[in-house]
This record gives sequence, C-alpha cells and structure tokens, in this order.
Amino acid sequence: MENILRINLSAEGGPKTSLEPIGKYAGLGGRGLTSCIVADEVDPLCAPLGAANKLVFAPGLLSATPATTSSRLSVGCKSPLTGGIKESNAGGQPATVLAKLNYAAIILEGRTPGTDLWKIIIGADGVSFEKCNELRGLGNYDTVAKLVEQHGEENAFMTIGQAGEMKLGAASIACTDRELRPTRHLGRGGVGAVMGSKNIKAFVLKEKDARYAKAKDPVKFKAASLAFAEGLKRHAVTGQGLPAYGTNVLTNVLNEAGAYPTNNFHTGQFAGASKISGETLAALETERGGEATHGCQKGCVIQCSGIFHDKDGKYLTKQPEYETVWAHGGNCGIDDLDAIALLDRMDDDFGLDTIETGVTIGVAMEAGLIKFGDAQGAIRLVKEIGAGTPLGKILGSGAGVTGKVFGVERVPVVKNQALPAYDPRGVQGIGVTYATTTQGADHTAGYAIATNILKVGGFVDPLGTAGQVELSRNLQIATAAVDSTGLCLFIAFPILDQPDTFQSLLDLLNSFYGLNLTGDDVTALGKKVLKAERDFNTRAGFGPAQDRLPEFFQKEKLAPHNVTFNVTNEDLDTVFNF
Amino acid sequence: MHLTVKLFATYREGRFEIADLEHPDGSTVGSLLDALAIPRAELGFVLVQGRHVELDTPLAANTTVSIFPKVGGG
Repeated sequence: MENILRINLSAEGGPKTSLEPIGKYAGLGGRGLTSCIVADEVDPLCAPLGAANKLVFAPGLLSATPATTSSRLSVGCKSPLTGGIKESNAGGQPATVLAKLNYAAIILEGRTPGTDLWKIIIGADGVSFEKCNELRGLGNYDTVAKLVEQHGEENAFMTIGQAGEMKLGAASIACTDRELRPTRHLGRGGVGAVMGSKNIKAFVLKEKDARYAKAKDPVKFKAASLAFAEGLKRHAVTGQGLPAYGTNVLTNVLNEAGAYPTNNFHTGQFAGASKISGETLAALETERGGEATHGCQKGCVIQCSGIFHDKDGKYLTKQPEYETVWAHGGNCGIDDLDAIALLDRMDDDFGLDTIETGVTIGVAMEAGLIKFGDAQGAIRLVKEIGAGTPLGKILGSGAGVTGKVFGVERVPVVKNQALPAYDPRGVQGIGVTYATTTQGADHTAGYAIATNILKVGGFVDPLGTAGQVELSRNLQIATAAVDSTGLCLFIAFPILDQPDTFQSLLDLLNSFYGLNLTGDDVTALGKKVLKAERDFNTRAGFGPAQDRLPEFFQKEKLAPHNVTFNVTNEDLDTVFNF
Repeated sequence: MHLTVKLFATYREGRFEIADLEHPDGSTVGSLLDALAIPRAELGFVLVQGRHVELDTPLAANTTVSIFPKVGGG
C-alpha cells in the first residue's frame, strides 16, 4: 500500500485523480491515516457538508495481507453530526480490495457541480467516473443489486442509501460482505451524509487482477499468521463465545449486571432481555435455516456474525449486532426479535447508523410520539426516515436534533452523538470513554466493558470511580493503534489476555513491512493518533464542556444499583494527560 | 440455603438456564461452581445480585447468582 489516490470532484471538466506516494504517512493505516490526513488537510471550521470537507478512506496496515480478521476499513472526515473529527470503521470486503489495489488511502475532495449522482470505479486498470442517476432514491440493497448487474460479482461495493442522499446526520456508508450484501456499515457520525454531499452514490472496487503485495519476510509472516490465528481460536471469547452467540451474547451480561439501558436510559434492567438475547437469537437463526456463525469478511476465524431468516425461512438480514438489538430493542422497550431484525434490515437499506437510529426512536418515545414497547410504531417511524418525510428527516438527523425538536430533557448524547448500549452509571469506565473520546459517545473508542464487566485484561469495579480514568486512557490509546492495523477490535480480547498473541500481532507487522516494532511503538502510535484527533477538535472549538455526559447521568440514579455517574469533571479533564 | 442460579452461553449446554437450588449454608461461590461441574479455570465471571464476586466470596441465602463463561462482543 504505497499510494494515496486523490480525487478532486470539483475539477474543471469532471473529476480528476492524482496519485501520490504515501510519503510522510508511511507506517500509518486505517484510523491513524484517516485522522492524520483529516487533521492536516481539512479546515476544522469548515461546513461538514460543504466542498471543503474531505472524505478519506483507508484500509488498515494488515488489510494488504492475508492475515485473518484484517479487513477493517476506516473512513474519516469532519463529522456533520458531532462537528468534530470522525473515524468510523467497518468490516466486509472493501478494505481488502483497496489494499490489494495498493491504495493506502483514497481522499475524496471537493464536490461535483450540479445535481447528478456519480459512481467511482476503481480497479487495477485505473479509476473512472460515471453518472448513475438511475440509482437515485434507491436503498442500499437495490443499489448493490443494480451495480452487480452492471459490473458483475467480482467487486466490493460502498454505497449510500436514501439517508446519505438526504445528507442526514445518522447516515452511514454501506460496505458489502462476502455475499455482496450491504450489511457492514461505516455507521457513526453521519459519514454517509458527507458522501451524499459530494454527489457520490457508490464506489465499485474491482477485485479482478488485484493482488496482495509480498511480505518482506514471507517465512516469518506465514509463521506469525498461523500463530495469530491460533491465538484467536484459543481464547474463549474469540474462539467460542463470539462464533456461537455473536456480539449479542452481551444482552444477558449487561442486563444481569444492571447496566443495560432500558427505555431511553430510565433503568438498568429490561424484563424482556432473555427474549432478545444472543442465546435466543442464535437458536432462532438455526431453527429457521439461517446461520448462527458467519464471517463478514473472507478469512476471518472469529465469525461473530450470522444470517437471520424471517418466519418464512427467507433471508431478511445479517445477524443484528448487540448494539442494534439493544438500540431498537431494550432501549425502546421492544422484546420482539422479528421486529428488531426488520429494523436492522431497514437501517442497512436506508443507510442509517443503527445506534443513532435506535436511540433516536427512544427519544421519540420519551417525547410521547409513540409508546415504549411499540414495535410497529418504531417500524413506522424508521419508514418515515427512508421516505424523507419532514418527521423522517428530523428523526434521521439523530437523537440530539430529535430531542431539541420535541422538547426532551433526557437526551443521551455526547458531542451530539448517541450513547451506545452500556449505561455509564452502571459501567463508570465506559462513561469516561463516552465523555472524553474525540469521536462523540462511542463504546469502541475505549471499551472499558472488557475490564469493568467481562474481567478481560484484569478487573476494575464498574460501580466505583477508582481506576476508571486510567483504564479508559489506556484503552483509548491501544484502540487508536488497533484501529490503524485493519484488525477487528475483537482481537483485543485475546491480546489483552495472551502476551504471545500480542507478540504475534507485532510479528505480523514487522515481518510484512520489515520493521522492528515493539509494544512501546504501538502505544506511541495510539498516542499520536489521539493527539492529532484531539488537536483537530480543539481547533474546531471543542473544550472541556464537550467532554461531559448529559446532566441526568449525574442526577438520576440508575436501578437496580441506584448509582449516578460519579467520575468528577476534574478527573475527566486528565484523560488526555499523556 | 436457597439460591436462584442463572447460567449463560455455553454453560447452559447439558445444564439449565435458570434453577432454584439448595446449597450448603456457609459455602462459597467456588463450591457452587464445583457442584455445577463448571471448571474454575474456564470461568468468566460471577455476579451475585448483579455485583461481581470472587471464587472465595461466601454466598448468602435467597440471592440470585449469574454465572458466565468468558464472553465478549461490543
């Protein structure tokens, strides 16, 4: 991955491309690369939906290799949702194809004049641009089906649905999976709206004649690959729990721990949790002829996903993730897996972040638009988003906007981005991450659940304040580094517990790129990425006031443990002291 | 003493989801695992009334014990 492809959409006579060597960004991939480029090139005060914003895609450092679980794709920009820097990442096939085409990054800049929609076709034989107004108004499923008709199956696709075309704050960019379904989403922060603002409907990424580069030391790389995959299979989380039950195994965990946000964060336990749990979901998938164990990308040994069939045994959607089941389920008082799976399908089709959308529906329920537990009402509201009605556009703009429009006090957002599936009062460490990450509320930015709840990487009492700032800080640094490798974040479970698997990860990077990285270098990389992101946000006008949870988390006690969020503002302000 | 015991994920295989059990007074979390034939080395974590406990934590009567293998997601 030696090249950066720059696409200037504003160029006279149509979009123009230029190829640049990776240069000063050598050694960076994924989030590290998108965040450093955005921090260097995007004016932090620009209008996020204007021509001055840029959309940067980058596969991870290891996406260019056949190493397992390494096809995560990062996208970066100034977020129209948060107003700060954004990195969102997804699985599926696009990262592998881009990396095999030798692109370390694609920088999309400017905006095509006029109202035509465009697709960008990238392959070993070059880059081309075609108008695609016939795709206007189509959801991701129909869009990809048409693109497959036009371009064949030997491709990966990145597309936006109706939400991206409407430039809504909850709009995602869909990445196709192994079956060419648009099920893996660059979800958070409204990245789909930025793509829509540039009049780009789709990327066609041609795998034909795209080849992995050679490792500098192929013998050592092969040995490291085998050892790394063995380490993932050996650990109970990546070897057993995630394959068998998927991420939704967490529903019962968080519910039992009393930290499962229920009915828009009113209480910490949901009476219907077992009906929507990972155990129940996996059994239902198997019973209906779907699959409880399925990979989102080729070569992944974890296989945390699955295939969900409807009551008639027909494909409806991929296995909804824990955050989706929570956002559309317990957070809205809904305990019907068929309704939740349909909402997942609709989110994927319209191109919506499932967390932002589910939390928005919860806020709408708080406002009294529909009642908690009203599954059909929730489906109707999400349909309004896809249809682009005035109410739908409000809801598609996210939880913060919806709360303002309907006069709701309890709006669970940080930096205007919706909180995910863990109540920060029941898991104080994740509250520190929500408050302070550069991304807006984001559990993946420093997954304190591992150590607060799951006893991975040690144990820090979830209800106490001691050790939470240090825990979140260390996890945020480590995550920024992992997000640069292209490896799925789930590899963190084995590398936190198994030193030899962490060494295998270093061996992968070192043998492929001819480096001598140590653990300290990984930490330094994470710090560099966070500092670049934090500096962008400071220049965008963010300060300590943006590093706070909504007031009600400090005032309202969460049942059953009757606890508020107790980490002090002074302590929150020390997270970035490194 | 009387306990409500909940098992999750792989621990349900060949056992149960939820059961009301009698267990000797004064015993520990570890002894309950032994009685359920759950190897201590494979344990993820145990919650009693939603709070984390250790293997040597004494059990109290009429509580709910939730036992998880090593799991994760996110």
